Amino acid sequence: MPEPEELTMDEYRVRSRRSVLTGAAAMLGGYVGWRRLQDSAADHNIPGVLRDVHETNESIWSTLFRDDHQAKTFGRADASILQVNGFQGMRNDIDLATWQLNVLGPDGERLGAHSLADIQALPMHEMTIQHKCIEGWAQVTNWSGARFSDFMDLYADRLPDDITDVYLATPDDRYYVSVDLATMRHQQTLLAYQMLDQPLDDAHGAPLRLATPLKYGIKQIKRIGSVQFRRDKGGDFWGERGYDWYAGL
Amino acid sequence: MTSVLDSTDEPNVDNRRAVLRHRRPSRWMHWINFPLITIMIWSGLRIYWAEDIYALGILDWEWFSFFPDWFNEKLGLERRLARGLAFHLSFGWLFAINGLAYGLYCAKSGEWRHLVPDRDGIRNSVGVVLHDLGIRQDAPNQDGRYNSAQQLSYTIIVALGGLALLTGFAIFKPTQLSLLVTLLGGYETARLIHFWVCLAFVGFFVIHVVQVIRAGRSNFTSMVTGYEVLDPEDDENEDA
Repeated sequence: MPEPEELTMDEYRVRSRRSVLTGAAAMLGGYVGWRRLQDSAADHNIPGVLRDVHETNESIWSTLFRDDHQAKTFGRADASILQVNGFQGMRNDIDLATWQLNVLGPDGERLGAHSLADIQALPMHEMTIQHKCIEGWAQVTNWSGARFSDFMDLYADRLPDDITDVYLATPDDRYYVSVDLATMRHQQTLLAYQMLDQPLDDAHGAPLRLATPLKYGIKQIKRIGSVQFRRDKGGDFWGERGYDWYAGL
Repeated sequence: MTSVLDSTDEPNVDNRRAVLRHRRPSRWMHWINFPLITIMIWSGLRIYWAEDIYALGILDWEWFSFFPDWFNEKLGLERRLARGLAFHLSFGWLFAINGLAYGLYCAKSGEWRHLVPDRDGIRNSVGVVLHDLGIRQDAPNQDGRYNSAQQLSYTIIVALGGLALLTGFAIFKPTQLSLLVTLLGGYETARLIHFWVCLAFVGFFVIHVVQVIRAGRSNFTSMVTGYEVLDPEDDENEDA
């Protein structure tokens, strides 16, 4: 209902009282809503309502996700050695000679194991991309490795077609991520074994790590020990500590 | 001098009138924006803390670093990145919806005509600022609801709201919205702009509150009730 351009002072007094009461009710409602949000049952370290919004955001942006949309690539000259930011799952020594990549199916069944030579036998792809950390910094770096999709295709015959997520963990299972299948099968998602043409060093995730410009660094797990193809989301180290499970860019 | 008590005893003495200043949608969206922006800035600062690289200075000389430890400590901004992100990326939608609703409302109702300064407005607004600062004696004439300086600052703050949204989405989904990132000058530039937009909001808030206090009570209450009470002698001013 449109408001009149002018009111008599009597009308104004009624209006004024009503406005103040409405305003007070709105403030009270806002305050109660804010308290309820803060006090809502936590879902992995953030209020459950906010976790729901993370999931809504995920459904919006994963719907907009296109396999053929490539993240921007940069000139090789812009690339530098990536700064090291985390050592979760990498506190033990690793024996690269005995390292292998274990592959598990959705029910936890063991499907296979690979040496680094197996991964290197797949077509090698190189990319110079901007790595983004969820903390806010970004750096252009260069990765080489096998496409995860090529690796997954080795198991094409043995995997059910309702796989939706991939779970990857360090050999000691102390660091682990869960990534949606669309991202994992994207052309720019690599099982990387080189940075700037050099084999990965320990701090950057030797012998094999995930590299993709489609996710924040928290998803790009270093020193991968196992891969599990799943029908649902698996555990996620930082997701469980309050971050967005999707963490897509 | 007649007191207020005396005058209420006599009928017809109250010949003031109440004129519509702010329509209902404007009022609601204005007040809803206040807590929303507060939450956005607070949660945004928690995100910024995780990579607090901006400072003012020249070359190697750093004059002020955003932000000093006491500031982060006092406001509880430290080590709250995950919560900061959760609040920021949730309430950001409400800020976006409120802002888009306001834009649509302004476009549809013609309210923008009161808001956007005309060609003389920018020059005139300098005069208003000089007057407000006490440098210039006479007040520049005002032919609409807002004076030129108000028009300019309100237009800028609405535009900054839009810029906050654009840079925010660019940082949020830099790969999927890569075209937007490119238009804004890159990922890191978008983050820097987003930060300065935040500071501009804080600066606007301070000036806005000072201006409202100076403008007096009936100006403030008009944002609550919608109506500003005018004395009869104000009329000449009003119709000029």
